[in-house]
Amino acid sequence: MLCATSRLLAARTATALPAQPRGRGPGARCRRRELHFPGHPEVPLGEFLAGRLARSSVSASRRAILRRGRMPPAVGGGPAGSELRPRRGRCGPQVTRAVGPDVAAEPAARSPKRPARGSRRFEAAGRWALLALVTLLSFATRFHRLDEPPHICWDETHFGKMGSYYINRTFFFDVHPPLGKMLIGLAGYLSGYDGTFLFQKPGDKYEHHNYMGMRGFCAFLGSLLVPFAYLTVLELSRSLPAALLSAALLTFDTGCLTLSQYILLDPILMFFIMAAMLSMVKYNSCADRPFSAPWWFWLSLTGINLAGALGVKFVGLFIILQVGWNTISDLWHLFGDLSLSVVTVGKHLTARVLCLIVLPLTLYTATYAVHFMVLNKSGPGDGFFSSAFQARLSGNNLHNASIPEHLAYGSVITVKKLRMAIGYLHSHRHLYPEGIGARQQQVTTYLHKDYNNLWIIKKHNTNADPLDPSFPVEFVRHGDIIRLEHKETSRNLHSHYHEAPLTRKHYQVTGYGINGTGDSNDFWRIEVVNRKFGNRIKVLRSRIRLIHLVTGCVLGSSGKVLPKWGWEQLEVTCTPYLKETLNSIWNVEDHINPKLPNISLDVLHPTFPEILLESHMVMIRGNNGLKPKDNEFTSKPWHWPINYQGLRFSGINDTDFRVYLLGNPVVWWLNLLSIVLYVLLGSIIAIAVQRGAHLPAEVEGLSQVLLQGGGQLLLGWMLHYFPFFLMGRILYFHHYFPAMLFSSMLTGILWDTVLQLCAWSLASPFLARGMYAAGLLSLLLGTAYSFYLFHPLAYGMVGPLAQDPRSPMAGLRWLESWDF
Amino acid sequence: MLGFLERPVVVTADINLNVVALTAVGLLSRLWQLAYPRAVVFDEVYYGQYISFYMKRIFFLDGSGPPFGHMLLALGGYLGGFDGNFLWNRIGAENALITQARLMLLESVLIFFNLLAVLSYLKFANSQKQRPFSLRWWFWLTLTGMACSCAVGVKYVGVFTYLLVLAVAGVHAWHLIGDRTLSHVRVLCHLLARAAALLVVPALMYLLFFYVHLTLVCRSGPHDQIMSSAFQASLEGGLARITQGQPLEVAYGSQVTLKNVFGKPVPCWLHSHQSTYPMIYENGRGSSHQQQVTCYPFKDVNNWWIVKDPGRHPLVVSNPPRPVRHGDIVQLVHGMTTRFLNTHDVAAPLSPHSQEVSCYVDYNISMPSQNLWRLDIVNRESDTEVWKTILSEVRLVHVNTSAVLKLSGAHLPDWGFRQLEVVGEKLSRGYHESMVWNVEEHRYGKSQEQKERELELHSPAQMDVSRNLSFMARFLELQWRMLTVKSDDSEHKYSSSPLDWVTLDTSIAYWLHPRTSAQIHLLGNIVIWASAGLATAVYALLFFWYLLRRRRCIRDLPEGCWLRWVLAGALCAGGWAVNYLPFFLMEKTLFLYHYLPALTFQILLLPVVLQHVADHLCRSPLLRSVFGSLVVAWYSCACHVFNTLRPLTYGDRSLSPGELRALRWKDTWDILIRKY
Repeated sequence: MLCATSRLLAARTATALPAQPRGRGPGARCRRRELHFPGHPEVPLGEFLAGRLARSSVSASRRAILRRGRMPPAVGGGPAGSELRPRRGRCGPQVTRAVGPDVAAEPAARSPKRPARGSRRFEAAGRWALLALVTLLSFATRFHRLDEPPHICWDETHFGKMGSYYINRTFFFDVHPPLGKMLIGLAGYLSGYDGTFLFQKPGDKYEHHNYMGMRGFCAFLGSLLVPFAYLTVLELSRSLPAALLSAALLTFDTGCLTLSQYILLDPILMFFIMAAMLSMVKYNSCADRPFSAPWWFWLSLTGINLAGALGVKFVGLFIILQVGWNTISDLWHLFGDLSLSVVTVGKHLTARVLCLIVLPLTLYTATYAVHFMVLNKSGPGDGFFSSAFQARLSGNNLHNASIPEHLAYGSVITVKKLRMAIGYLHSHRHLYPEGIGARQQQVTTYLHKDYNNLWIIKKHNTNADPLDPSFPVEFVRHGDIIRLEHKETSRNLHSHYHEAPLTRKHYQVTGYGINGTGDSNDFWRIEVVNRKFGNRIKVLRSRIRLIHLVTGCVLGSSGKVLPKWGWEQLEVTCTPYLKETLNSIWNVEDHINPKLPNISLDVLHPTFPEILLESHMVMIRGNNGLKPKDNEFTSKPWHWPINYQGLRFSGINDTDFRVYLLGNPVVWWLNLLSIVLYVLLGSIIAIAVQRGAHLPAEVEGLSQVLLQGGGQLLLGWMLHYFPFFLMGRILYFHHYFPAMLFSSMLTGILWDTVLQLCAWSLASPFLARGMYAAGLLSLLLGTAYSFYLFHPLAYGMVGPLAQDPRSPMAGLRWLESWDF
Repeated sequence: MLGFLERPVVVTADINLNVVALTAVGLLSRLWQLAYPRAVVFDEVYYGQYISFYMKRIFFLDGSGPPFGHMLLALGGYLGGFDGNFLWNRIGAENALITQARLMLLESVLIFFNLLAVLSYLKFANSQKQRPFSLRWWFWLTLTGMACSCAVGVKYVGVFTYLLVLAVAGVHAWHLIGDRTLSHVRVLCHLLARAAALLVVPALMYLLFFYVHLTLVCRSGPHDQIMSSAFQASLEGGLARITQGQPLEVAYGSQVTLKNVFGKPVPCWLHSHQSTYPMIYENGRGSSHQQQVTCYPFKDVNNWWIVKDPGRHPLVVSNPPRPVRHGDIVQLVHGMTTRFLNTHDVAAPLSPHSQEVSCYVDYNISMPSQNLWRLDIVNRESDTEVWKTILSEVRLVHVNTSAVLKLSGAHLPDWGFRQLEVVGEKLSRGYHESMVWNVEEHRYGKSQEQKERELELHSPAQMDVSRNLSFMARFLELQWRMLTVKSDDSEHKYSSSPLDWVTLDTSIAYWLHPRTSAQIHLLGNIVIWASAGLATAVYALLFFWYLLRRRRCIRDLPEGCWLRWVLAGALCAGGWAVNYLPFFLMEKTLFLYHYLPALTFQILLLPVVLQHVADHLCRSPLLRSVFGSLVVAWYSCACHVFNTLRPLTYGDRSLSPGELRALRWKDTWDILIRKY
């Protein structure tokens, strides 16, 4: 508070300065560096003034660093602030706040506010102490009762399990990139968790297993969000109260608190997002000293954090967009600065490409390299991947296997869909039910290995056994007409003009015939994609299509799940649309033919880029597969900012230990109000400026902070929120939390500005100071009190549900839709 | 509209055809043998069908767009002539646009309004410079708004052009705000006028379309089922025939049918029948073996339920009737079997996390009946509101277990006759329409005896009053259903992906002569597609080049010229982008004709770029004449291609298989070749 008012007064005193001559000159760099600190509230006014006065003699070539902002007024007599207009509110607001034509500033206020050197040190110490306090409070709230409840909560069942997979080195599949789970696994490993807990379902007790290491790691990262927010806001607004308010909002938000306390990806993701934001803001502050050590440090740290964010969840893409936007506009201003040569601009560009594109991509790829190196044993994720991929995993039956290379008549094979997660061509001794096409044997695809996946390749016109040693080996070639006989049931793969069970526009595929004798509807032409007629067909590597001779359709799989009668396997159809899609391309995986020599499968070994590409394809497909069901209640993006409904982390009934993920309604509704208020205030100021209204210096400075610092945060909020409206996949409440971080920071800046504006409009300085302090204190205390009310949501509740008047949470169920 | 040509930006140096000639060419190429073929072509199947609905005033619903376009077509049909001359095209040889314009499809109407909107906005911007608030100014401004709302009214895709115009208008308004020579009041007037013309007028017109639509189609038709009971009751015939004259307030003793509000996968009514749940399901789980309760998508006498007061015995309505209110506890008695709707802690057949709902059969095995339900009127205005037929949307909350009666959406197996499963949802995670029901048919029960009651159930309900929804309620519901109705994303033989469009890797066969091989295809003039694509690329490159150089204070173009260049690009390239890029995000089945609006904008950009290159990049006279001759060569090439592809556009000539094969320039074009 003290700092804020001192700055306020400093601003008023400084206004009596003489106007600044505009121009370029060598003195600028040092001047700017000085200016940087003058912005800080704690900088002594005397030195600040000295710096400014010394500058008035600076020579005429000093426009170099003023790349941003409107053109200064044509005459040198304009307010000095126009020359010193900052790049996006880094330090400028204070400068502009500090100058201006408002000569009415009270000289009386000047002398008592001139701090001595000692007091300056004292203030610096105070600043550190405040940061320490904020951090401490954050850690205290996050680590309080971290071990409760001692059972699996919500998605811990997934991410804890995946951590265990890393410790056990078994291969698994998940729709998110690997970094977050790898870190969880690492934390578990370092803290002595042995990976033996099964993480079967929420509610299972951990018992003797050490889960605190993993929870502690997540809570540690989650705790760091608060100091990060504090520093970011401080950097953007140069106002301690604003930073303090933002930090308080996050510390006292039950939602952030809950989400940080469990083994989840979200604390890790939010950590990287906030760290990237902080380092970006820090690096913006260094813009006046390009290519200096701190500049490089923050720039590359931004890149590293971007890689981290993207490596945890694909949502990290949004912060990349934000940094990208910031970088482009930054480069645009550098480019428009005629005092910089094109070569210098080129250097700037190269530095950013290196640090923000090359470095993150390298790191991101490296996480995958580690991922594939660590997970080298066969596990539950195998079936999602192609045959070549599986050959890498020890324990998989393709690992170190050797099979004949070229298909020949008489070979026993399994046919796998090239598209991931569809499986093998399969048939079994069950007929299609009455009313669904012809009543013949079902043909499906099946994800698991099974005897019923085996088929024999036969010539279409003879039924002789090609494996008879008296026959010579005859290879199957591209364009041959073949028959596929199901090994277990001796029925032929068959299709006809009946509609398929689910995809009505396609034809049905059945098993037909007795002991291999069927009709001409059993004939298929085998084709290899992108090869010439007559070529042999290779195991695993040839991409084949099977074209039905009579109807001309292509064997494919729609990926739709058959009902109970089809054992919930996937539908196989014959599609009359001949477009080459992945739906109709297959490859041969297993191949048994005693007459042919075996070759080692090592030739198949996929290269790292291939693995990388494939795992991304599988992840994207997995993500797209997460569709909401029609008749289920699903969380909608518009529910989130109004805190419409939370998520049950643990427990349902009144006897359970219940944890409920729900934002602190006071904080969230304040955030919501602040966004509306911000947009209103921002547009009013922007229109006023556009109309050429002459703002008083004080308001000018505040509006700069509001428009530039606040603008960045608003952009962050929008980028982390609006894309969810376009997403088709199933959404959850916790997806809003990254956006909520930005919104809380915006709230801090907005209310600080609003209070300062109100204070400024009051005539008496005493009253102004009083009202500012009172407003700020009431916000802080209000947040803290609401946390006191709602903390059981995060730390756990036992006893009757909230609708019961005996419940400790009685009366706090402010919305019908909250079920705690 | 053709005045567009006169804008200095678009007039090209080499093609000095005058407006009249262009119109003539345009009309000729589009009206040429318009009456041919006399057969239904492609989507005309649908649109023609919709038009006949209009003629018969039958209600229908089409997910692709608001009704204005359909109405327009119907009007055209009504007047006995097809309004095909609205599409203006400078080059006059664009096969795809001609094909599309000649047939009775919506795209050409959409393109017309898109262009009209952009043109009138340009006209407006011009008169803004000269005389703001003049008659002309107002005319063009209002016309912009009206054209925009017409475009949106034809197809929802038109909304992108509307947004583009709004964005450009927004930027201009922002400059206006910055213009300090104007007084505050004047700026305010400008802004208000724009807001009125570009926001209020389109909104009103859009409402008007729906008003006319709903007034015109006032009879029930094939798409009734999608709409709510209240909506259906407002149409003539159909449900209204049944519901008219029903008592409004549900009372104890009322006989009702309960319809699920969500109605997915199919609209259905709460139903029960004599059969019981199988003792043991296929997967080994057990059931209560009580009478099945399902949701049945057809009208049936077994859909009738009687609302009973738990405290009183009779199943008839007392005199005076005692209405049921929000919060009351009721029992629901199945009319034909006289069993009570019941739920208990037994897993439902297909959704094991929910409770089974049954009609209670007392097997005397210590499983008591739990048949009390609390009525929760979701859309109530007060807490004592009466349960109203059709209008009230209610949840039935089980008193003992607080489970909510819900349609799970799963189809029961054979033992349940493939009807839909109804469950008690225990963990009610917020409001979902599948838990909400409304009374559709209703009458006051009069017969105490079961036999008489059965007879009563079979007889139709009486009618005397009609209950009408307000226009706004009907509009909002219709709008909501149109936006949310899911078309099955079936693949189609001629469907394509947006990526194929730019390179014209796809075609659509519209029509094939029943005997000969004369056929009509939607197929672009490949020269023009290629050059339009090229023009866009050149524009983008030049734009960025100029932009970068201007940033370094190197001004290649005079200021006015630059501003025109930017504006032309914003409207044409922007128009292309907003009409093309959103298709990448859409999940529905896409066809080549979706690209035509974007293509039109792209073609508009072509002369802009040609003109620019001729004026600013060809410095020497020699270069200029070389460029001129190149343009002429290119143009004649385009004409030649047009001529070659003409048989496929007009379908007037039967071609031999050899000729057809020769026309198949790309493997991906599906030209139909008859096998003889």
